[in-house]
Amino acid sequence: MLFQDIIFWVLAVTAIGAALGVVLIRDLFRSALLLAVVFVAVAGFFALLSAEFLAVVQVLIYVGAISILFIFAIMLTRNVREGNLPNRLQLPAVLFPALLLAALVVAVVSSDWRPIPEEELGRAQLTQTQAVNIVAEETLAAEGFSTAAALENAQQAGLADLLIGAFVLPFEAVSLLLLAALIGGLALARSRGG
Amino acid sequence: MSLETMLIVAAILFAIGLYGALARSNVIAVFMSIELMFNAVTLTVVALARYAAPLAIREDIGSVLTGQVFAVFIITVAAAEIALGLGIVFALYRSAESVNLSEANRLRH
Repeated sequence: MLFQDIIFWVLAVTAIGAALGVVLIRDLFRSALLLAVVFVAVAGFFALLSAEFLAVVQVLIYVGAISILFIFAIMLTRNVREGNLPNRLQLPAVLFPALLLAALVVAVVSSDWRPIPEEELGRAQLTQTQAVNIVAEETLAAEGFSTAAALENAQQAGLADLLIGAFVLPFEAVSLLLLAALIGGLALARSRGG
Repeated sequence: MSLETMLIVAAILFAIGLYGALARSNVIAVFMSIELMFNAVTLTVVALARYAAPLAIREDIGSVLTGQVFAVFIITVAAAEIALGLGIVFALYRSAESVNLSEANRLRH
């Protein structure tokens, strides 16, 4: 647990420091590079939270694609004269997030969270890391998958199974959204005459 | 490392992103701040999936994955948003020769 705590605090300090850099540094190019640092730190958080698949997806999509897209956009539209100027709303722009943060912290601290029961923790973690299909049967039995029905239930609870099972409607909606965004992006970026 | 610290880190990231989105005048900087906020929200749902118990955990162990499914959807929508948003930025830059938000008032006139 101690080792995980050290990693957590290192990641937290990296993420928050880099995020501050993203919004405060005037050079847009540097803030885009710091944004990639934030993305990597969040991928580390996902790995800590036993969401390995999401950690990989985060690195692939955010660090690999979105950061590069941002750097690309900065290079194409770079305005050396102006840089990353603050606008005229400085006071409300500080006040509103500070109030929101205070409200969120109060809500988090005062809420009565219902943690996953101790005896279910092993099962939950094996399911979340998608490890049910690859670890030995003795381990599964020791973690509480005692009956065949429980094991079958866990094997059918992969992320992919959920996406084409219980969540198939939002999944299809998102695929439509991606198609629409693709066509829209093409239409927007195409030059006028073509 | 607990649910509370994780949620507070996510809340701090969200607040920083919100500050950036409100205080910057460059469109691309605003987009980067919005991405920060997306990441904070994804972190929140994944942390909740890891620590807080769904009601149905005993009957259906798959319910502990709901937060991760939500995270997948958030990441997809963020990718679509960025593709469209940068398309708009390029169009704006072509027509106005600037990526400053206060000069992007074409729809007003």
